[in-house]
Amino acid sequence: MPLHRPLPKKAAAMTKSKIIKVDYLARVEGEGALYIRYDDGGVQDVQLKIFEPPRFFEAFLRGRDYLEAPDITARICGICPVAYQMSALHAMEDALGLVPTLELRALRRLIYCGEWIESHVLHIAMLHAPDFLGYPSAVAMAKDHPQIVQRGLQLKKAGNAIVRLLGGREIHPINVRVGGFYRVPRAGELRPLVDELQRARDMAVENARWAASLPFPKFERSTQNPYEFVALSHPDEYPMNEGRIASTRGLNISVADYDQHFTERHVEYTNALHSVLNQRGAYMVGPMARFNLNFDRLSPLVQQVAGEIGFPPFCANPFQSIVVRSLEVLYAFDEALRILENYRRPEEPYLQCQPREAAGYAATEAPRGLLYHRYSLDRDGKITDAKIVPPTSQNQKTIEEDLHSMIPQYLHLPEEKLRWQCEQAIRNYDPCISCSTHFLKLHLERGDRRLP
Amino acid sequence: MGNATPVPKLAVWKFASCDGCQLSLLDCEDELLQLADKIDIAYFMEASSRQLEGPYDLSLVEGSITTAEDEERIREVRAQSHTLITIGACATAGGIQALRNFSDVKDFTSIVYAHPEYIATLKTSTPISAHVPVDFELQGCPINKRQLLEVISAFLHRRPPQVPPHSVCIECKLKGNVCVMVAHGTPCMGPVTHAGCGALCPSYNRGCYACYGPKENPNTASLSHWWKEEMEVQPVTIVENLRNFNAAAPAFAEESRRHDKE
Repeated sequence: MPLHRPLPKKAAAMTKSKIIKVDYLARVEGEGALYIRYDDGGVQDVQLKIFEPPRFFEAFLRGRDYLEAPDITARICGICPVAYQMSALHAMEDALGLVPTLELRALRRLIYCGEWIESHVLHIAMLHAPDFLGYPSAVAMAKDHPQIVQRGLQLKKAGNAIVRLLGGREIHPINVRVGGFYRVPRAGELRPLVDELQRARDMAVENARWAASLPFPKFERSTQNPYEFVALSHPDEYPMNEGRIASTRGLNISVADYDQHFTERHVEYTNALHSVLNQRGAYMVGPMARFNLNFDRLSPLVQQVAGEIGFPPFCANPFQSIVVRSLEVLYAFDEALRILENYRRPEEPYLQCQPREAAGYAATEAPRGLLYHRYSLDRDGKITDAKIVPPTSQNQKTIEEDLHSMIPQYLHLPEEKLRWQCEQAIRNYDPCISCSTHFLKLHLERGDRRLP
Repeated sequence: MGNATPVPKLAVWKFASCDGCQLSLLDCEDELLQLADKIDIAYFMEASSRQLEGPYDLSLVEGSITTAEDEERIREVRAQSHTLITIGACATAGGIQALRNFSDVKDFTSIVYAHPEYIATLKTSTPISAHVPVDFELQGCPINKRQLLEVISAFLHRRPPQVPPHSVCIECKLKGNVCVMVAHGTPCMGPVTHAGCGALCPSYNRGCYACYGPKENPNTASLSHWWKEEMEVQPVTIVENLRNFNAAAPAFAEESRRHDKE
């Protein structure tokens, strides 16, 4: 028996069509596979399959205490636990009428900066860069390009240092809670971070220049079928924890109205639900959406570096998402340093509250995009209902549509190259399949003839 | 290479999990490239699209068994592995997803999915040791990356890993922490919880919530008696603390059932 998971064999019935199958996608977080059927008439079917076994978080949250939600939902994803903690606690605070102080708010933004860095750099340097430079992994790439991999590791380490200091540890931090933190740092504890982050910010500038120099496949959607980018938007700052949900096609809603505009659909071939915008369909969340909707709220340094590397304020080629991620990494260092310079220790580590029967909503910007949580509580503060919509399930349909429109121009390529191209296109989205539900071993099929 | 000593082959496997424990390996920023010189990363899907065939000298297994397919796959992984080490609460105790073991999974499926008939899953989430022999279990949700390096290093040097099985209380004493339970009246799972995190929660003025699972021979009955009688903790809170990331670990599961009825 193969160690890789088998996929249902749907190819046998076809005669003239070709099948691209990737049984297990590599360099993504979680377990996923790809199935593409095409023939001379074009691409007939694209399915991104998520076979990550279901873990039923929304079900077992029922009956749990509201204070547990940040710690439990963090376990949805080891790569972006802070995002789950942030969405969970903001939704609980919405339900309980808590408004965190400016000082607490700044500390939350600081820990989120740490996670953006750690998660983005993992993807840029270790998962995605090997696609552009033609290596199976960052470890293999390090033999020829040690400076790129070393720089990535140092940047990631600096991001982890932020999360570890504020959260106790990099993965599943223990210090954030509904209302604030269990313990807030003294200014002296934060000071040693400053030097490390300043050095890292300089490296992040180099990293953005390097990313912009990569060879990008030309890929843009047609003007009839442009992307609809969806992200939080906040009048004064680049979005992380707060804002309205906005889109490039005029959507502008409060987070509490999310369920009226977005629907999750259960499709047969995947364990992740597909999310669509009502009446419109697929949309894109993540770094490109944030960047395109909020460029003018990036810090002057980031806007300046974007100008120097010739990167426009609107990016519609997902293969260039690696540049956007690199600019967001730079932003996160810049923002973290700004927060540290202005740090005032909160008077109380957290705001006290009494549980009550209520519903609460929140969306925050996880590294991979909008992360929506909704909870209902009973009068004892026990959860009666929970809904969580992770970014990857929102991007799933857009990934499929990208492959649909991209593949025809690459059909002349040899199989190996075509598969590589498909995998790279999926990795553009840094799909976190553990969140919604890993990657690729690909087969091409024509008729009933199965190629290796 | 010629007649040089062969480099051992490492494989990293994933079952139902959050990816956090395997990420711990990539979080070893200062050691990762050095490690890659000592051990051939032959199969690690999250990090590499290069996959070497087995057998493997060392397999690290993350995640719990929740599907019939995975029941088969873990047996094959065992057959291909000289040494098999589980990493994390999911692989060692069934993980948070083992909360289904206390309910009816059909109810769970219908809460999350519109078409429960599309979903194939087992009624329980079980640790790897329920299916195949395991050589060493590294506890923690998530594991401690220092301990992970110690376990790999011990394997490379053919010695037993130094992973103390004592409680979080000992780590607090070593750190000089003030006891949050005695001094602040904060319910803390430290006395029954396996060390390894470095007593993080008490160091942040918080009670331990047992993410490292049970220590060796934990006296859970005594601790819950203390919580209830001396600290007026409600049974529901006792159950919540026993039943989270290591809910199916026998010492925690049995004690939680005792309080569930109350």
